[in-house]
Amino acid sequence: MNVTDSLADLQGLLTAPGIGATACAGVAGVEPCLALPAAHWGLLAELAADAGLRHAGVWADALDADRLRVQALFAAPDGYLLAQTEVTSAHPELASHTPCFPGVDRLERHAQDLLGVRFVGHPRGTVRWTRHQAWPETVHPLRPGFPLAGKAPGRTPADADYPIVRLQGNGVFEVPVGPVHAGVIAPGHFRFQVMGEDVLRLEERLGYVHKGIEKHAVGRDAAGLVRLAARVAADSSVAHAWAAAQALERACGTEVPARALHLRALLAERERVANHLGDIGGICNDVGFSFGQSQCTLLRERWQRDNATYFGHRLLMDTLVPGGVAQDLAATAPERLIHAHAELRRVLRGLFDILDDHPPLNDRLLTTGILKHDTARLLGCTGYVGKGSGLAHDLRHHAPYAPYDRLQLAAPVVEQEGDVAARMRVRMREVHASLELLDQLLATLPEGAIATSLMPRPEGCGLGLVEGWRGELVALVRLDAEARVARYFPRDPSWFNWPALEHLILGNIVPDFPVCNKSVNGSYSGVDL
Amino acid sequence: MDEPVMLSAWGMALLQALLYPALAPLLIGWVRKVKARLHNRRGASVFQPYRDLRKLLAKETRVAHTASPLFRLAPYVVFVATWLAAATVPLVARDLPTAQIADIIVLVGMLGLARFFLALAGMDVGTAFGGMGSSREMMISSLAEPAMLVAVFTLAMSAHSTSLSSVIGYHLAEGFVLRPSYLFAFGALVLVALAESGRIPVDNPSTHLELTMIHEGMLLEYTGRHLALMELAAHLKLLLYGVLIANVFVPWGIGQAFAPAALALGLGAILLKLAVLGAALAVGETVVAKMRLFRAPAFLNLALLLALLGLLSHVILEVGA
Repeated sequence: MNVTDSLADLQGLLTAPGIGATACAGVAGVEPCLALPAAHWGLLAELAADAGLRHAGVWADALDADRLRVQALFAAPDGYLLAQTEVTSAHPELASHTPCFPGVDRLERHAQDLLGVRFVGHPRGTVRWTRHQAWPETVHPLRPGFPLAGKAPGRTPADADYPIVRLQGNGVFEVPVGPVHAGVIAPGHFRFQVMGEDVLRLEERLGYVHKGIEKHAVGRDAAGLVRLAARVAADSSVAHAWAAAQALERACGTEVPARALHLRALLAERERVANHLGDIGGICNDVGFSFGQSQCTLLRERWQRDNATYFGHRLLMDTLVPGGVAQDLAATAPERLIHAHAELRRVLRGLFDILDDHPPLNDRLLTTGILKHDTARLLGCTGYVGKGSGLAHDLRHHAPYAPYDRLQLAAPVVEQEGDVAARMRVRMREVHASLELLDQLLATLPEGAIATSLMPRPEGCGLGLVEGWRGELVALVRLDAEARVARYFPRDPSWFNWPALEHLILGNIVPDFPVCNKSVNGSYSGVDL
Repeated sequence: MDEPVMLSAWGMALLQALLYPALAPLLIGWVRKVKARLHNRRGASVFQPYRDLRKLLAKETRVAHTASPLFRLAPYVVFVATWLAAATVPLVARDLPTAQIADIIVLVGMLGLARFFLALAGMDVGTAFGGMGSSREMMISSLAEPAMLVAVFTLAMSAHSTSLSSVIGYHLAEGFVLRPSYLFAFGALVLVALAESGRIPVDNPSTHLELTMIHEGMLLEYTGRHLALMELAAHLKLLLYGVLIANVFVPWGIGQAFAPAALALGLGAILLKLAVLGAALAVGETVVAKMRLFRAPAFLNLALLLALLGLLSHVILEVGA
């Protein structure tokens, strides 16, 4: 059975009289889209798992005071299927997808905390995730009744009674790490169950940087939403802004000019190069190889200064606007950029040669933090985490969006070993691939406008799908009757990559955790929202 | 001719002991500077460690509410024991009274005392990182200490004395003789010095990753002057090992008399030797990564092996020759 068939087969099964799914046309940007009765929500997950699909996220949306819509996205290697159902606010119960797709554990708990959807059969029950203690259990901030300005929670009580799963036994002890760390890094709590130096279990507790992004989005206009999206996670500024803009444009049926699309891809690839360089340096630093870090930091800094020179912002923030990009590239820039690419490529050849085959580094990185192919597949990892474990999925290749559908793309970078070294090699190869793409984008840069005006469509709804530097990034945007944002949900790839860390650390020793963590580099801000 | 101005032996010993804490931050600053240059960075001034210490001394000293008096006492014990240990190692002149009353075994014992209190202090507050740091430190030192003892015994066997001053004197009197036992002992001592002073590849002194820390893990709860003392003790330890290696294996230039000219030469010589050693350390730390923790025993077993080979080659090749 080939993969296109798996989507079609699933669609056939779901639309059969027994289940009674009907096609719905409400969400632009994803085909097919099916509406299911709530009773069959659990069956949907079982059928999708049988068909070998990947779960690409679940989120809820309060349509009005009485109705909650829940949507789940499934990915086949070359396409997507969006399923949705509705429950009443009075009895918001649905079967959990977590038993079939363990990767959606926290997405379901997030929907539960913010909208009050109860997922029956969830292995962690109703244990809160995003909420901590900032607002009471019966209050759901994304329901229409909750004030837009938020409620000042005062001093939030410590989240002391969170039920961490503990191990007991002779010589087993617990190591709590964070949320405040010894370095300047985002806050997250990690609880290790340890015997000697061996990690027996790791549990993550995130949510410390919950900013209420989804609530902030409500009532914004298109430009305001894209500005907000650029701030979901600063290192994925372009990716999130693009996904949100794409969702908006699909919802409104706007065609973006070709030049703007090229410039967006240029920005996205630049973001990828900058972050991969930073991560490669970070991995070196975490094993005490500061030479690698210094070199990568230097290269990244130069790269970001070029960002500021040619695109107006070091982190490329607010370079995208709905309908296009904010700033055109100067006429002389392509030539200079191509020159800078050649120079970077030359330096990287030498540097990557060292990093790829330096015995002290190999000793630390090879066989450390192995994420098995099957685990990565089960969790639904994308980006370098998935690619390092043999999962080739890359939106730019498998479900290409403009302008990637018009470019000559090399095959996605894949490594099979699943260890830290593999994830680092994926990054190194992707940097080179991105440099090739950047050259190609500059060489084929079309003339024309850099933006078109977005004609807001009331009640529009669209899904944006972008390959960010961390992996597949999804954004859902629904507009209200006045064409203002009613719901925005950015699904960062980190939702699926964070759980991978809990698996790949098993059997490793405690001092190897930082490098394993860096090799996954999940976004705190992107999942805390 | 006038009698040359001679300093009293004890005055000289005191001066030399004071020179240790005065010079120790400079060596750290130098190593950091060379490393920065090797990384294409400009790096902080070589005097930055002095400024850091001054900053720490000026800061308020806070103590965790779970800390026992031992926690407050430990920085002083660690610093004083390390300082006393350092004072037994000839820096600019040999034949000092300190060298006569304290030999190599006292040196190792003093360092052991400092480490004992450091490890206790790491566990005292009851945080996971302190405990892990202490347990790792003990794992490292239980392997490093025997290697160090065997290495210095190799030297002592040639000189028929466990006094460092006599070892150096013997070596100077012999002139330059390439002894296999010295080469092996040199290798062993370098490895031990790297492990004991918490340098790459065993520990990373500049890490902020609490889970990978050994020495820094034990210091995480310290602040203010307590931290300053602990830091200075760590600097002292690096200087101590540097001077030990420099003056035992390359003793030339050390002051033989307490005359100002000889002492100035001695100071110049040791500064030069330390500058070379520090630069070598910086190069070494740039080209290798930190080892996986459980590789450290293999690393220190190598040190022990080298030290034993040194002892053996002394017995086989050099005795009676």
